[in-house]
Amino acid sequence: MLVRANVNGEWRTADVWAGASLLHMLREHLGLPGSKNACEQGECGSCSIWLDGELVCACLVLAGQAHEREVRTVEALSARETLHPVQEAFLEVGAVQCGFCTPGLIVAVADLLMLDPSPDEPAVREALSGNLCRCTGYQKILDAVRLAAERMRAR
Amino acid sequence: MEVLLPRTLEEALEIKAARPEAVPIAGGTDLMVELNFDRRRPALMVDVSRLPELREWRRENGTVFLGAGVTFTRIIRELPEFVPLVQASRTVGSPQIRNRGTVGGNLGTASPAGDALPVLAAYDAEIVLAAAGGRRRALPWHQFLVGPKRHAAAPDELILGARWGIVRGPGSFSKVGPRNAMVIAVASLCLVMDEGARAFRVALGSVGPTILRAPEAEAFAVRALADAGAWDDPRASLSPPALQEFGERVAAAARPIDDVRGTAAYRRHACAVLARRALAWAFEDRRSTSRSS
Repeated sequence: MLVRANVNGEWRTADVWAGASLLHMLREHLGLPGSKNACEQGECGSCSIWLDGELVCACLVLAGQAHEREVRTVEALSARETLHPVQEAFLEVGAVQCGFCTPGLIVAVADLLMLDPSPDEPAVREALSGNLCRCTGYQKILDAVRLAAERMRAR
Repeated sequence: MEVLLPRTLEEALEIKAARPEAVPIAGGTDLMVELNFDRRRPALMVDVSRLPELREWRRENGTVFLGAGVTFTRIIRELPEFVPLVQASRTVGSPQIRNRGTVGGNLGTASPAGDALPVLAAYDAEIVLAAAGGRRRALPWHQFLVGPKRHAAAPDELILGARWGIVRGPGSFSKVGPRNAMVIAVASLCLVMDEGARAFRVALGSVGPTILRAPEAEAFAVRALADAGAWDDPRASLSPPALQEFGERVAAAARPIDDVRGTAAYRRHACAVLARRALAWAFEDRRSTSRSS
């Protein structure tokens, strides 16, 4: 089926199998491999994106459900040479080990800080409860959230 | 395989009338997993996530109607007065899942572990079903949920939402699982205390083929409160032996099985613990409400 969606500010069309997920459409049809494909059951958060401004797992959205809607992926966060403050913070504190969970976590953290610029630790833990890091780098990730929150509040 | 994207409820119902095999998809948190793992290949799916009629909730004459497409995130944000429902919604998955998952999905999947279902059972909700041509009917929750992953909607019907009478009194939802997030309940319990009708309603999830109520425990709590003269006294509580017996009676209503998430014995034990806690919390809530008013 033909799916037309506004992806990162641009109207794009993809001819996908009707049963395909939005994640498959982004990665395999639209050349946007930033959202990672891991569990395919909404457990790991590696494919976190925004659909009409809401944080979702792209693997649980049927591609057709994104028709005529707005999709925003991790690729939209940085502008060429300039990283998003959340990306900067992840780099600076070393919140990246193998890096597979990183794009999903960065999207989830950016979503959190948009909704709540000063989250306390329980709020951060709850907001990131749907993102798994198999390298167990959670402490550094929490540090990165604190740093990003400070920087974004200061701007 | 084919996907249709109706814009209105009537369009969606006409699709269901013409092709009753069409499988509705809303948040996709259940159905997409089956698709991704090739466990299911429906010939036709209908996207119900854009139907405005399913995305609304409203109060009407002492009742509330909750559209099948209202997500758990919206319930938490927009329906704070329904404490057990909000508590149950907060235990669903993760933020990503709560942004997509709906009460209609819990009803359509009809798993005994659906987190909103014990709340609907404790609210004595009815499930509103719609078919083409303006046909509507409502089924009490226990006539709708007929077995594990089985419900009573006809093939040409869609789940419009749930409706229940608003009651005055405390209530809670609690759930046992290995983590605070992303957990399918091992056991769950919703208790609602109806001060107006002087009634208790207790519903159990994940401990039977479908959601179960605990009528003997409910009647016991009503009698125990009456015997203690506690209905008129918001500071009253029940004795530890009475709480104990309440827990045992709730556990007796469970019909659990052993499975990968837990044993039947553990689940029964968990029901007793959750029940005692829920009743104690209800008394605490009454006390703090009476202090503040």
